[in-house]
Amino acid sequence: MMKWLHTMASSAWFYRFSGRVIPWLMILFIALLLYGLYGGLVLAPADYQQGDAFRIIYVHVPAAWMSLFIYVVMAVYGFIALVWRIKLAEVLLISSAPVGAAFTFLALVTGSLWGKPMWGTWWSWDARLTSELLLLFLYFGVMGLYAAIEDKRTASKAVSILTLVGVVNIPIIHYSVTWWNTLHQGSTVSMTDKSSMHIDMLAPLLVMALAFKVYYGIALLLRTRTELIEREPNSKWLKAIIEEKIND
Amino acid sequence: MTEFLYMGGYAFYVWTSIALAIVILLFNVISPSMKHGRNLRQATDLYLLNRNDSDDT
Repeated sequence: MMKWLHTMASSAWFYRFSGRVIPWLMILFIALLLYGLYGGLVLAPADYQQGDAFRIIYVHVPAAWMSLFIYVVMAVYGFIALVWRIKLAEVLLISSAPVGAAFTFLALVTGSLWGKPMWGTWWSWDARLTSELLLLFLYFGVMGLYAAIEDKRTASKAVSILTLVGVVNIPIIHYSVTWWNTLHQGSTVSMTDKSSMHIDMLAPLLVMALAFKVYYGIALLLRTRTELIEREPNSKWLKAIIEEKIND
Repeated sequence: MTEFLYMGGYAFYVWTSIALAIVILLFNVISPSMKHGRNLRQATDLYLLNRNDSDDT
């Protein structure tokens, strides 16, 4: 009984909360994106080695960071879903997967668009590129597995396990440029050391990274509230919301 | 302005990257928004149907 009350309350609460928050996140995202793009494409000086082609990093690097970040967040949801059987965590996990896949795809394609003029090739089977491609397939695997199982509670359990197993790929991607001799360059921005990048180049990159984080928030909330309706079309909380809408 | 668009000869690579990013980001917001509208309409129809049914009894 308590558990039932708890889930009902959390779905309703989440639905209302996300409806209120999304417009504000949207404004914040657009402001950060415009500032980040302006800083990256106009204000930042051209790179002394790579010329203007380096500007691709303002999309590529934040997208690649997000591809890892979202996967780790999904693993956390998966853990919560398995241990405490919280429905909202299950929905948050599956709602994150398409967003993570989109960022991974974006990172791969922009990397390719940078590789062609800089390395002379669209693709190379080096450790960084291969492990990132594997990450894309992991995202697809999660989405496919969830879609394939009819009962969504069972599907969520399977998907949580798959996500947790796949998390071993994350440190492999991150350290691939140090563990192996890759064509992909090592990291320029670091949390612990001083970044080897000029502030005029670095600032827009960090702003873009923040913009993409906010974007993940928006896309996640949108998908989660959509999925909540889909999973519980007959629930009491949804009826209450529909009644409010009709009475307006 | 022309120089800005020219991107030091890398125009194709830089602008394709930016355009692709914008398309992907837009798609990932528009597609769930439309699906949300659809789901909510279906749930509303279901709700009205059930309410009318119970009114009859």
